[in-house]
Amino acid sequence: MEGWDPNTKSTLTKIPLLGTKAGPRDGAAWTQRLKEEYKALIAYTQMNKSNDNDWFRISAANPEGTRWTGKCWYVHNLLKYEFDLQFDIPVTYPSTAPELELPQLDGKTQKMYRGGKICLTVHFKPLWAKNCPRFGIAHALCLGLAPWLAAEVPILVDSGMIKHKDDATTSTES
Amino acid sequence: MEVELKQLMADLQSLNQSLPDPSLHASLLKIQSRVEHLASLAKSEPVRRSKVKDMSAEVVDSNPYSRLMALQRMGIVENYERIREFSVAIVGIGGVGSVAAEMLTRCGIGRLLLYDYDKVELANMNRLFFRPDQVGMTKTDAAVQTLSDINPDVLLESYTLNITTVEGFETFMSSLKNKSFCTSKQGSGVDLVLSCVDNYEARMAVNQACNELSQTWLESGVSEDAVSGHIQLLIPGETACFACAPPLVVASGVDERTLKREGVCAASLPTTMGVVAGLLVQNTLKFLLGFGQVSPYLGYNSLKDFFPTMQMKPNPQCSNFACLERQKEYILAKPARDAAVKAKLEAEAPSTEEGPLHIDNEWNISVVDDCELDVSSAKSSDILPEGLTHELPVADDFRNIPTSEAPTTDNEDLEELRRQLEAINSK
Repeated sequence: MEGWDPNTKSTLTKIPLLGTKAGPRDGAAWTQRLKEEYKALIAYTQMNKSNDNDWFRISAANPEGTRWTGKCWYVHNLLKYEFDLQFDIPVTYPSTAPELELPQLDGKTQKMYRGGKICLTVHFKPLWAKNCPRFGIAHALCLGLAPWLAAEVPILVDSGMIKHKDDATTSTES
Repeated sequence: MEVELKQLMADLQSLNQSLPDPSLHASLLKIQSRVEHLASLAKSEPVRRSKVKDMSAEVVDSNPYSRLMALQRMGIVENYERIREFSVAIVGIGGVGSVAAEMLTRCGIGRLLLYDYDKVELANMNRLFFRPDQVGMTKTDAAVQTLSDINPDVLLESYTLNITTVEGFETFMSSLKNKSFCTSKQGSGVDLVLSCVDNYEARMAVNQACNELSQTWLESGVSEDAVSGHIQLLIPGETACFACAPPLVVASGVDERTLKREGVCAASLPTTMGVVAGLLVQNTLKFLLGFGQVSPYLGYNSLKDFFPTMQMKPNPQCSNFACLERQKEYILAKPARDAAVKAKLEAEAPSTEEGPLHIDNEWNISVVDDCELDVSSAKSSDILPEGLTHELPVADDFRNIPTSEAPTTDNEDLEELRRQLEAINSK
């Protein structure tokens, strides 16, 4: 965890860790894991809101909890940039992390694999491997997606790859 | 093209009729016959070879298998024609997988199962196999198009899916189990699985399937900086599985700090990928046809032309449940294996009368076979040979680390938790 900013570190320590090592093919154990995922996500979302650092919405897109969809956003130069967020829970979860996808940015940055999967190899995968199975979706967002957005969105905006939408449509968030 | 040629013929015809000077008719006729020839050339289909019923060793230009059957005459392979009975599954039809598929197709493999979910892009053209006119096709369709042209004898099955998703994985498993090609086969429906994917997640999915099916597989990989690669043989229960230890990578052999990682996620070269595909299929042929030795792990460092090799025993504390099951079975099968080895040795070296060396054995001294280490004392892959490193760290043993969140048997309802998250989300 060297090299991480103290903010991320302190947030991370407050996200509940998970205890069940189970994937989507593990029946009842997966249901238990799913409960733990929800608890961690609820705690993390609440924490973000109370720290005025709300930055994503995510919910299960199917009853099995194997596909998740939502939004994430990043503020750069006082403007908010919002993106669709989606991912599948892999069969080998939690040994392998979910591959977070931002389909709208597909092809716009080199730090991305085909289909809009963000590149997590260097900054996140080793951490996930080391902390298996205690890390879950909430940790992947906190340690994988958040730093990626912080690094990539400013470059995408400054290079003109992405444009800000009209203020009218983006300032509706209360 | 055809229409234009027809037009040209008609023009020539009318020119012929309107020409006053008959001396020009002969040369005009000549031009006409040449256009006719061109038209017939344009009409003819590209040549497709027909299927061959039996592999022949006859050395004639028209025999596609003569040079392969020669392996038999030279004593390298005992029975080359057996290759038609084998099924090989190739997962990932990219820079390595597509070339491996072409090699096996040209070797006359019986059946190939191809898995990929990607499409062909212009960005793939720095590698072998795919052509610019195939851009936009799925890699599986494009591969079937090319491979069936090269060798129609090979039975091709293509699966356009992502094996890491729940549905994709189920289809993957059932396709491997399908025995319709060779009903007499033991175990699964394929003889070998080749993993030619470019990411850890997909490798872990192949590992999971093969551990569950007790299916031997060969893993291959090329580093993201395109200058090194490896192949690895995985026999569930007998050798380390992909989850037994963090994946091995070939160290680049140059100062890591001089490598620029910023900005790009992957580079690739047709050379490195071709070399790795060649090593992979060479070992596939050795495994299937039973000649030479199959390398348990073979690395390739292209910057120094260095090929490290090693062997890995399974990890008795592997995190993969199916791997542990296979390890148990392997240990249980040891007496049968020993008996088979003994029988083979006896068959090879017949009847040298061997009585007991000593009539009495007061101290019960016996000679113990040490070629197969007891699993409990076998060390797994902690010490690596020169030139290899681990790609990811080992998971901390979470059972020994006290967590504040003990996995209590909570009676919270999943639906209730889902509603709670939705409530926070909508605030």
